[in-house]
Amino acid sequence: MTKRILIVDDEPNIVVSLEFLMKREGFDVAVAADGEAALKSVEEKRPDLVLLDIMLPKKNGFEVCQTIRANPEWQSVKIVMLTAKGRDTEVAKGTALGADAYMTKPFSTKDLIAQVRQMLDAA
Amino acid sequence: MLQGWVIASISFAYLGVLFAIAYFGDKRADAGRSIIANPTIYALSLAVYCTTWTFYGSVGRAASTGIGFLPIYLGPTLMAGLWWFVMLKIIRISKANRITSIADFVSSRYGKSQLLGGLVTIIAVVGIIPYISLQLKAISNSFTILLHYPEIVMPARAEALPLLQDSALYIALILAAFTILFGTRHLDATERHEGMVAAIAFESIVKLIAFIAVGAFVTFGIYNGFGDIFDRAEAVPKLKALMTVSDTGASYGSWWSLTFLSMLSIMFLPRQFQISVVENVNERHLTRAIWLFPLYLLLINIFVLPIAVGGLLHFPDGSVDADTFVLTLPMAERQEALALLVYIGGLSAGTGMVIVETIALSTMVCNDLVMPVLLRWKALRLQEEHDLSGLLLSIRRWAIAVILLLGYVYFRAAGEAYALVGIGLISFAAVAQFAPAIIGGIYWKGGTRRGAMAGLTAGFAVWTYTLLLPSFAKSGWLSLDFISEGLFGIGLLKPQQLFGLSGLGEIPHSLFWSMLANIGCYVAFSLHRRPDVVEASQGTLFVDAFRNTESAAGSRFWRGSAQVHDLLPLIGRFLGPERARDAFLAYARRRGLASIDALEANADLVHFAETLLAGAIGGASARVMVASVVKEEPLGIDEVMNILDEASQVRAYSKQLEQKSRELEAATAGLRAANERLKELDRMKDDFMSTVTHELRTPLTSIRAFSEILFEDPKTDLTDRRKFLAIIVKETERLTRLINQVLDMAKIESGNAEWHTADVGLREIIEESIAATSSLFADKQVALDMALAGEVPMVRADRDRLIQVMLNLLSNAVKFCKEGAGRVTVRLGVDGSTVRVDVADNGPGISEADQHTIFEKFRQVGDTMTAKPQGTGLGLPISRQIIEHFGGRLWVKSGTGQGATFSFSLPMNREANEHHEERKAK
Repeated sequence: MTKRILIVDDEPNIVVSLEFLMKREGFDVAVAADGEAALKSVEEKRPDLVLLDIMLPKKNGFEVCQTIRANPEWQSVKIVMLTAKGRDTEVAKGTALGADAYMTKPFSTKDLIAQVRQMLDAA
Repeated sequence: MLQGWVIASISFAYLGVLFAIAYFGDKRADAGRSIIANPTIYALSLAVYCTTWTFYGSVGRAASTGIGFLPIYLGPTLMAGLWWFVMLKIIRISKANRITSIADFVSSRYGKSQLLGGLVTIIAVVGIIPYISLQLKAISNSFTILLHYPEIVMPARAEALPLLQDSALYIALILAAFTILFGTRHLDATERHEGMVAAIAFESIVKLIAFIAVGAFVTFGIYNGFGDIFDRAEAVPKLKALMTVSDTGASYGSWWSLTFLSMLSIMFLPRQFQISVVENVNERHLTRAIWLFPLYLLLINIFVLPIAVGGLLHFPDGSVDADTFVLTLPMAERQEALALLVYIGGLSAGTGMVIVETIALSTMVCNDLVMPVLLRWKALRLQEEHDLSGLLLSIRRWAIAVILLLGYVYFRAAGEAYALVGIGLISFAAVAQFAPAIIGGIYWKGGTRRGAMAGLTAGFAVWTYTLLLPSFAKSGWLSLDFISEGLFGIGLLKPQQLFGLSGLGEIPHSLFWSMLANIGCYVAFSLHRRPDVVEASQGTLFVDAFRNTESAAGSRFWRGSAQVHDLLPLIGRFLGPERARDAFLAYARRRGLASIDALEANADLVHFAETLLAGAIGGASARVMVASVVKEEPLGIDEVMNILDEASQVRAYSKQLEQKSRELEAATAGLRAANERLKELDRMKDDFMSTVTHELRTPLTSIRAFSEILFEDPKTDLTDRRKFLAIIVKETERLTRLINQVLDMAKIESGNAEWHTADVGLREIIEESIAATSSLFADKQVALDMALAGEVPMVRADRDRLIQVMLNLLSNAVKFCKEGAGRVTVRLGVDGSTVRVDVADNGPGISEADQHTIFEKFRQVGDTMTAKPQGTGLGLPISRQIIEHFGGRLWVKSGTGQGATFSFSLPMNREANEHHEERKAK
């Protein structure tokens, strides 16, 4: 079954690059440009993995992560935080809120794909 | 009519009344509503000074020496004037140190010496017991005389009466019982006996009334007023002599020394000390006593001379003792009731003296004589007793009984002898020996224990030799030889003419030599050695009593520690466990603590305990007892001196300190504010850094991602390839712009930017900016209107920077205009003293809330539905910085849906303008 990836980022160009990458790997892709849209998308069709930026309008990435984790139905959703914020405090916060992985921008495309594959294969 | 049983029952009734008053007084005191908290009662109680010696003896003395009876009352009157200094100080010291008696006072002052206390007690007892006997004699005589009414019969010599028929014995026993009942109900830590004081005040009134009654009767009843009496006296030569003061030197000497003596005895007689100091409730009562007591003395002495003269006129043959005139005159005139009243008056006078004196003496004997011996007597193992309060009370009671019985015994033994009759003044001379030690003690810090001991011993010895022994000799108990020949036959040692000093009466003579020896030895021995630690500290406490507050001074000199659970049982042994507990609890509460256990084991606590105990067993013994449980760290004399020095320095320093601390507070407040600002700046810097990194990483992410994609797969679709490369290029540009602006911002803010300031014309700058952005306008088909004023003054600014500002404003305006329908208007004009530029657009406008945000770094506002606005978010902040750098202002006027107008103004440069005008005119 094709895995579904939700990409959440407010930078259009980054969304383009991520979309291309994921599609190339054969995943289904959904896109959201802010926190609220992201949650709506999760409700509508549950993804297998979320690529989550932190600096988002409306709701930021931490809140989205927290909300997803609070819902028992979405326990199986993998969350990968993908952000330009790289300080230790933020990494810790993300992990504490339930993210499964944390990657900083700029990222290596190879590393990103490896990470995604590993998470989805393990599922 | 006046049979024995009538008189006896009236006497008993009177004593019953006294009993009732004393009982009532004590009850009210226990309930906390003291009836003696009244200055009048205090002043009246002081009249216990007037004993039967006043009541009967003054008339007797006046009958033989005329107004020679007066000095005894002049002295106290004069002294009352000095009370304000001396007595007040003594009272205050005694309250602060819980002094219980005159012996306690002396011993406490001189280093809490038990030896000194014992010496004072012995002197007091030896000097006062004969005085007590005198009272017993007077009372019993008056009883006997009254018994023979209406005949006037002089009482037989005392030893002729068999023991059991001697009324004096019964009087002594009854007084002992009365005194025990009201003097030793419990051990009060302040040693006050409120009921007794009330009874004594009552007695003062009774004796005054009685005396005035008989005096008035004699003067106006028997004779016709003062004038009548004295006229008749003039007629009799012997009596005439009584009216005048004789001219001999001896009598002057006599007057002075008697006055001096009575001045001392009004303070140092044990009963006077007890009433005026120990029983004093409130030191403010002293003010009334200062005039009320002399008034009392005046009133009770008005009729002395008339009665004396009247008696001599009435009984010219000398068969009736002058001492008894007060009683026998009304008897001779058949005034039964008056005679009874006089008898009661005499009874008042005598019983008052005996009760108070006995209580005072028994307290001294117990605290300063018996207890120290018992405590030292290891065999009794008193240290281990748990409750000694019962023992203390028993000792007191036995002391009272023994003293009274001794008084009786002396009375029987001495009878009519001189040794009794003349004893009044002799007792005064004995207590006068306390004067140097006490008065020196409260005014001279240099007085030491050795000095006091030496002085007291010397004075007492001289007194014994010059007064007491001769009185025994004159009574026939000792050979008269030593008076006439001197000791061992040495003429210079004649007791009444020591070292050849003759011509003085025996009292002045003795007074002179005893005071000389006393004061001399006191001063000499005190100067010989420095005071030790305790003497020095007590000296300071006493002499500086008016300056010190509470226990601060006392506890500073005792360095030691003791736990509450050691001190409490110790105190309990002497005061009783209940009272001790109550006292400690009250002390803890005064310090704001909830329970006794919270009390710290420090010097203050020890001092408190010691003071409390001193009330029961005297200062010296208290010190010994407390020392046994306290681990004291002895202070050297140097340390004590240092402490004393420190005290005065501390006062000076504390003022300086106060001021310094105020300055310090102000400085701290300033520092705190500066620190806050620094932290704020630091935080802002952190935020800036993190935002900048974030902003830089974002375009880099796209650049890297697409670069890697293209690199991975050379066979990427061409459309995609072109798209991706375009994005890379765009993001690179974006990144470059961002970096430039961040650097620009940083330079401007840190003051490192280079400014090329010159006179610039805004019109020209605007036109150039418009030209530069023309393609932007064309691409988005936004219209541009210009309203530029003609001649606009120059401003001083950096040309390139102003162009940067204009470009920023113009590009913003275009960015936010709707495509195809946009319109931008540029205005230039003069506004007051500034040149102003407006750039208005008809875009969506900026809400109130956002108007502040757009000037914040990296913040952009825009329609969130559309694509994220291009731009760095630094344009406006930088523009503002630039304008403000040149003294101008940059602001926005807008409302949602109403478009936005950005304006900036710059100050005109007048000089340059005038210069420019001139140049243009040329």
